Amino acid sequence: MTPFTTLDGKAVPVDMANVDTDQIIPKQFLKTVEREGLAKGLFYDLRFDEAGNSKPDFVLNQPKYQGASVLIAGDNFGCGSSREHAPWALLDFGLRCVIAPSFADIFYNNCFENGLLPVTLPEPLVRKLMDEAKGGNHVFSIDLAAQTVMTPSGETVRFEIDAGRKEKLLKGLDAIGETLQHEGEIGTYEYKRSLSTPWLEARA
Amino acid sequence: MSGKTLYDKIWDAHVVANEANGETVLYIDLHLIHEVTSPQAFAGLRAHGRAVRRPDRTLAVADHNVPTEGQARGVGAVADPEARLQLETLGRNVKANGIEFFPMGDIRNGIVHVVGPEQGRTQPGMTIVCGDSHTSTHGAFGALAHGIGTSEVEHVLATQTLRQRKAKNLRVTVDGDLHAGVGAKDIALAVIGRIGTAGGTGYVIEYAGSAIRGLSMEGRMTLCNLSIEGGAKAGLIAPDQKTFDYLLGKPASPKGGAWEMALSYWKTFVTDADAAFDREIEIRAADIAPLVTWGTSPEDVVAVTGCVPDTAAITDEVKRAQVQRALDYMGLQSGQRIDEARIDRVFIGSCTNSRIEDLRAAAEVARGRKVAAHVQAMVVPGSGLVKEQAEAEGLDAIFVEAGFDWREPGCSMCLAMNPDKLMPGERCASTSNRNFEGRQGRGGRTHLMSPAMAAAAAVAGRIVDVRSLA
Repeated sequence: MTPFTTLDGKAVPVDMANVDTDQIIPKQFLKTVEREGLAKGLFYDLRFDEAGNSKPDFVLNQPKYQGASVLIAGDNFGCGSSREHAPWALLDFGLRCVIAPSFADIFYNNCFENGLLPVTLPEPLVRKLMDEAKGGNHVFSIDLAAQTVMTPSGETVRFEIDAGRKEKLLKGLDAIGETLQHEGEIGTYEYKRSLSTPWLEARA
Repeated sequence: MSGKTLYDKIWDAHVVANEANGETVLYIDLHLIHEVTSPQAFAGLRAHGRAVRRPDRTLAVADHNVPTEGQARGVGAVADPEARLQLETLGRNVKANGIEFFPMGDIRNGIVHVVGPEQGRTQPGMTIVCGDSHTSTHGAFGALAHGIGTSEVEHVLATQTLRQRKAKNLRVTVDGDLHAGVGAKDIALAVIGRIGTAGGTGYVIEYAGSAIRGLSMEGRMTLCNLSIEGGAKAGLIAPDQKTFDYLLGKPASPKGGAWEMALSYWKTFVTDADAAFDREIEIRAADIAPLVTWGTSPEDVVAVTGCVPDTAAITDEVKRAQVQRALDYMGLQSGQRIDEARIDRVFIGSCTNSRIEDLRAAAEVARGRKVAAHVQAMVVPGSGLVKEQAEAEGLDAIFVEAGFDWREPGCSMCLAMNPDKLMPGERCASTSNRNFEGRQGRGGRTHLMSPAMAAAAAVAGRIVDVRSLA
């Protein structure tokens, strides 16, 4: 996994609450066996009309936000379907960080598996960052080690993040590799269960 | 020291290791997989030269993008080349790894959250995961069950564990008797309407109270299924005699001496009387009316006898704009009666409401009536076995006689990955779980409701109170 350390990037404000993963990446883009190439489907129904023409009023289509790597959104970002295609699509589009007052649980977990940083900040602060981003062409600086977001106006905001998850992103850790270090304990657990709940451990 | 909740007990029974960073390596008893969220996980295993640790604790189905007709012709007959590739990829992956698979056309195949319980794979006290958010369904059996992303699917395939952080305990108690015409779907929508779509974030919900005890296993699955729409990690209902009766004799249920042993183990999975919850919510069953959604979030609920929000009465500017956007998308007028909404389509199916009891409830309404001339209505059973049972009971004949389309099993128009979808602007009475913009097809308008209410809407040609049908 690509580590996340620092990021200097333009921020795009998606001023909506409850942005669900069906919005982030609609169903027709889930019929893939790859992780790559999902940028084309990101926010598809908001970015394109039924004929496939770009909708100029949607923020991600506005010239001043081209090349953005930070997305600022409302409450409960990423709710709904568990599809990991949502973080894959955001990353494929060039976004590396999402700032919101709150995130849905499964989406939040999926971010950490992919080097996408979800930053949770109190609603009034997110509103303030959103207002700054709406000026456009403004560069935010994010420092994960210091747990800070520096706004275009130079204000530094601190965010909270679980220490374990932070480390995982900073180092780009492979979770499976980490867990396999416990292989002996997993085997012991299975052995104990073969005695206490044998119907669960009977191998076909 | 206070006692433990049901969630605490399941958690404690599955701890393999506690990490210094606060994560717990939690053992997973059952891993359900399907064609859409597993291909990249298997590809990841191959890239790292890793094997599937417990193929015997894994079960695969084909459900998300299967067509709901012509399944006997097999995957080769699936018209959509991308869907076909995903289905073929799953077939190859399960074969290469020795995982049990019910392919398209197998009578045991169907929606993953219908199949697991039906096969007796879902059992009390288990940890169950699947790359699908509605995995919370299995909580109806007192199993800790939740959706995971594809990277976590790969993690479970490789290690049979997940790295987890413990959630908080929330108890939702529903006491008293439900009114006639009110069921599990209405309880679920009432809970989501009360707490909001993010209200359960960070919690595992345990549903308790006499109205919950009174629900059948099918009803409990409907309720737990919708826990994720309230943002919860999982939903749980303590196992009881109904649970055990349901599981007795199922193909994968323990047999003989093992059954007795399992039964005494399962009975320990109840919340202790002195256990403390981080949060408690109480709802009176008598306060719940048949509910429908009016907007584009499952929290946008209204009694079928009520009206959609009046935007003029909303003082908060942001909230007013949100409601207006939802009303515009749904093609509804501020403050209008919800039962004046004329519908075009009806979908009875999905992992929320496609089990035998759901089909019986819908058939009861459809019996001797006709689907309105302007409405196209479809019934999609949750599995081949549900379909077979419904046909044995003559439910298919009732539906067909009334003008419903009787289909083959799958997720179908709940998420419209297969050919079943709404056209732009079409309004649908749906027994599914999400009314998000475009969920059932771009520009489609979804109203969530119970199977009986959806059948009533088909007959009336508009949203209608099932209790008012003559």
